[in-house]
Amino acid sequence: MVGDDLVRMENLTIRYGDRAVVRDVTLAVPRNGILGIVGPAGSGKSSLLTALNRTIDLHPSARVEGRVTLDGTDVRQMELSDLRRRVAMVLPLPVGLPMSIYENVAFAPRMVGVRRRSELDEIVERCLTQAALWDEVKDRLDMLGTRLSGGQQQRLTLARALSTDPDVLCLDEFSIAIDPVTTMRIEAVLMELKSQMAIVMVTNLLMQARRIADVTAFMLNGELVESGRTGDLFVFARDQRTNDYLAGKFG
Amino acid sequence: MVAAPARRRPSKLTRPVEFVIEGLIRLCGLSAIVFILAIFVFIGKEGIVFLLGHIGGMLSSTDWSPTHEPPEFGLLALLAGTAWCVGLSLIVSVPIGLAAAVFLSEFASEGWREFLKVVVELLAAIPSVVWGFIGVMILNPLLQWAGAQVGLNGLNGAIVLALMTLPLLVSLGEDALRAVPESYRQAAIAMGATKWEMVWRVLLPASRRGLLVAVLLGVGRCVGETMAVLMVTGHAARIPHSLYDPVRTLTATIAAELGEAVRGGQHYQALFALGILLFFMTFVVNLIADRAVRARKIG
Repeated sequence: MVGDDLVRMENLTIRYGDRAVVRDVTLAVPRNGILGIVGPAGSGKSSLLTALNRTIDLHPSARVEGRVTLDGTDVRQMELSDLRRRVAMVLPLPVGLPMSIYENVAFAPRMVGVRRRSELDEIVERCLTQAALWDEVKDRLDMLGTRLSGGQQQRLTLARALSTDPDVLCLDEFSIAIDPVTTMRIEAVLMELKSQMAIVMVTNLLMQARRIADVTAFMLNGELVESGRTGDLFVFARDQRTNDYLAGKFG
Repeated sequence: MVAAPARRRPSKLTRPVEFVIEGLIRLCGLSAIVFILAIFVFIGKEGIVFLLGHIGGMLSSTDWSPTHEPPEFGLLALLAGTAWCVGLSLIVSVPIGLAAAVFLSEFASEGWREFLKVVVELLAAIPSVVWGFIGVMILNPLLQWAGAQVGLNGLNGAIVLALMTLPLLVSLGEDALRAVPESYRQAAIAMGATKWEMVWRVLLPASRRGLLVAVLLGVGRCVGETMAVLMVTGHAARIPHSLYDPVRTLTATIAAELGEAVRGGQHYQALFALGILLFFMTFVVNLIADRAVRARKIG
């Protein structure tokens, strides 16, 4: 399996000022699979995720030690905008940018210079279809993206993340602000997508990880307690803390 | 069934206090409206008859000679003077002001931002007569050095107006930009946008109404500004043909002539008619700005 990891985090430590929020984490993301990261709030899951596409750099006090590689290349040696197109991010709260639905999805392709209308049309339709939103919005692509419902906006955010044709799709608690029906639809979408890209999903919902993650990692207070194939971890965790968390004793 | 909790009643003591305070607040609000109306009535009473009687002649002549015999009340040169100064000053101040607002809100470090905001607010606190002084003492010789026959001209007025509007544009523009949710920035950056692409494609479109309001209030400020333009524009009631031509604005005309006009005479009434026009112009500008603000809240 080692050669089949697309993203590798090696001895990753993240500090904000003096406070280490992620400590010495070594973790890999399989090429065609979903990695679920679970753990109580404040365990460093989201910080870990932002280190993958270096949006953590936006945080002035953040320091990252160790390294993250994408397809064998250290992400610090990659061009930032290129890295962020290859490692797409869906944030917890849906963000419809204040432009039309069409422009929301065409935003990133336009930035890399796609100009032909037919090409853009194709990308927009493909991404909205992949995000299970196309049927609901195909007749009103000119409508402001911000006027969609929360669940629709989250799928719009997902469609936008897909518009760069990323290698890795990161989702940070994507279901926190949306209804269960939309959550299930997006989960189904992710199961479809994993044949085309690696997916990293930070979630507070244990059952969500259990449903769709191939590999699950458990983090606690910035440490990676253990990780393993989801089926194994949920049935037979090696670490007592994992067992306690999965059994609902804390968190 | 759970009974609805009883609404907490104000005690007997707080009621009269409440009543008095509410009355006072209402009085304050009403007084503002009364003052505005009083200003409107006062200016209107002195000038509206003249304005209605002479509007045709005022808008078809460039000759403003209210003390000649017979007097001429042509407004076109004054309107052109005001439009000229305001237009030119916006050409200077809008790009610089909005660029400064973008810098402050997106690119400056926290320390720089705080420092520069204080400086900008200081700029806003400079009285307009001091700006006029700067125009006369500094810009005047500079413009002459640059080839103008007289340094006191439309360009000088426009530059002074631009300097005076800049603080307003910068601080209102910055407010508009900061009001854009942080999540928009993150979303754009996370999709690989550079900072400039984020500003250009997301931030400016998202805040365009707020920026429009800033510009419109800037226009209102320029139209109404009096002392500085009176001092630096050269005060010649002619339609300008070049940057270096002296001009005269509506406001400067009122300020310069009201003291000499015979109370109640035609000249006096004509100046009040100018006042009505000015009032109307700034009112329209503010109305548009207000509309833009409302639309922003809804959209």
